[in-house]
Amino acid sequence: MTGPSPRAAGAAASASAHPAIDAVGLTRRFGLFTAVDAITFHVAPGEVFGFLGANGAGKTTAMRILTGLLAPSAGSATVAGFSVATEAREIRRNIGYMSQKFSLYDDLTVRENIDFYGGIYGLDDATIAERRELLLDRLGLASRARALVGTLPLGWKQQLAFSVALLHEPRVVFLDEPTGGVDPITRRRFWELIYETAAAGTAVLVTTHYLDEAEYCDRLSIMVDGRIAAMGTPEDVRRDAGVATLDELFLRLMRPGAAA
Amino acid sequence: MRTIRFLVRKEFLQIVRDRGTMAQLLFIPFVQLLVLSNAATFAIRDTRVAIVDQDRTPASAALRARLEGGRQFMVERVTSSVVSAERDLIQRRASMIVHIPPRFEEDLTRGSAAPVQVSVNAEEGAVAGLIAGYAQQIIADFASDRAAAFPLAVRMVGDDDAPVVMTATPNPARPGPLGVRFRTWFNATRNYKHYMVPAILVSLVTIIGTLVTAQNIARERELGTLEQLNVTPLRSIDFIAGKLIPAWITAMALFVIGLVAGWLLFGVPMRGPLWVVVLGAGVYLTVALGIGLFISAITHTQQQTMFVSFFLLMVYLLMSGMYTPIESMPSWAQWVSAGTPVRHFVTVMRTVLVRGGGIEATWREIAGLAVAGVAVLAISAGAYRKTTA
Repeated sequence: MTGPSPRAAGAAASASAHPAIDAVGLTRRFGLFTAVDAITFHVAPGEVFGFLGANGAGKTTAMRILTGLLAPSAGSATVAGFSVATEAREIRRNIGYMSQKFSLYDDLTVRENIDFYGGIYGLDDATIAERRELLLDRLGLASRARALVGTLPLGWKQQLAFSVALLHEPRVVFLDEPTGGVDPITRRRFWELIYETAAAGTAVLVTTHYLDEAEYCDRLSIMVDGRIAAMGTPEDVRRDAGVATLDELFLRLMRPGAAA
Repeated sequence: MRTIRFLVRKEFLQIVRDRGTMAQLLFIPFVQLLVLSNAATFAIRDTRVAIVDQDRTPASAALRARLEGGRQFMVERVTSSVVSAERDLIQRRASMIVHIPPRFEEDLTRGSAAPVQVSVNAEEGAVAGLIAGYAQQIIADFASDRAAAFPLAVRMVGDDDAPVVMTATPNPARPGPLGVRFRTWFNATRNYKHYMVPAILVSLVTIIGTLVTAQNIARERELGTLEQLNVTPLRSIDFIAGKLIPAWITAMALFVIGLVAGWLLFGVPMRGPLWVVVLGAGVYLTVALGIGLFISAITHTQQQTMFVSFFLLMVYLLMSGMYTPIESMPSWAQWVSAGTPVRHFVTVMRTVLVRGGGIEATWREIAGLAVAGVAVLAISAGAYRKTTA
């Protein structure tokens, strides 16, 4: 697959002193099972950070902690400068989130969904109207504004969901497998939206199964059994592991006993 | 406030757009109100009766005519044989036997006791009691018209192992002017619809209100939109209000329309001030819907929500005194009943509509419901957590 044009990786990422996400020893246990095991990483503003790993590796759990949906068992993290343990409401004002489950209302129109989430984030009417028109233009959905979201093709729904998650101009946006089930063209279009967002200074944390998508990230981490097994730019990760492709590394990490 | 407005608007858009919900909210309740109000009645008509007439005189014929005259009884057979009448009872061709013994007329005219026996199939106790009551009344009327006294024996014929209960009921109508008369207050004609229509209406708004609120949040949880709301700065209290207000408005509208329908179609009386009923309904629905919200806060799927809701609604409705008198419950059940909000609202309804009482007669119930409402909403808001511990 041909990806979007490569961009100056980490250009926006390098400078900032205040990380968008700063996790230290973050841990989440469910009974005896440790889903996230003392992970430490940071994401800079404007950076696209990839979260890779097999199903059940702990990606989604980590994301749920960082979005304030799940309390951490140990460790600490700040998102947009606020503590996940004590400032959940401040975090919620400053993040966008797009889950694996499609999260717009199928029985509302495109426009009604946009207005609803705008209202929930406390935007005033003028701001909602202005951002709605911009969003519809950008997605080429102006003519479908009065269509029920349930009638849109999946690719459009996902782009819409992503754009709605950005309506309040969050400083960090979390995308949990945003491109599941869509065709390569739509995925590519989706990644262009991600780059536009990052270029505007928003940090993007994205989980994915697709290893080609991992190559589009500024930096990435590969999670295995709740721990971060590899982290860095795609080039660094490949070089450190001595592999030609991420695919190769991924398979090696997944094989029991071969991870070390 | 502003976020609540957006939530309320969204809920109404969804309600209006979903044909299923619209049907659930508008069409089905009214069909139920119409059908159930006519079906669910304590009045029993056309009970089949076998008459054993061993007298065959004008007097016995007059009593038979009296029994046949009302709408309560349908004479299946007139016979001289006790055995064949009992066979009718056993084979369920008749639910009651009226036995007029020989020399009935003679005893009547002579002024001595002219006994009549009534035997009722008592498999269904409440029904048997009513049937026996009707028969008793008809025979007593007959006796008092004739200024005669005759002992009436009522026999309850139970199923196989049930003991046969013999009740010798003295005739209240003695010869002469002295006689016991029954007079019913407030519902002089004892129209059961006046009693049942409000009860059915309360049941309907309770069931619909509780289920719609409980299901609504469970559905959002399953679709994933609840999680999306949980990552927004939306506060629990706003969320609860945003869910409660549309459901409350809908249920109130349903209630008021139902009340008007009951008045127009069934002549349900409205003797007291209507605003008291509406106030009571408003406060009560806050409690009922709050319980729906609480259920949805503690369950995870629509299935669980339905299960818990139904369980609770059953307890509610059966213990409310709507369908069974609270006085006949054992004392522990009376305590449980006192804890169900619906009971207190039914009291308000009946006090105002049937007895003509105003706020002075109902403020205790309404205040109690208000306290319960605040408590339930506080508990729901607390139970609805955005962060899983």
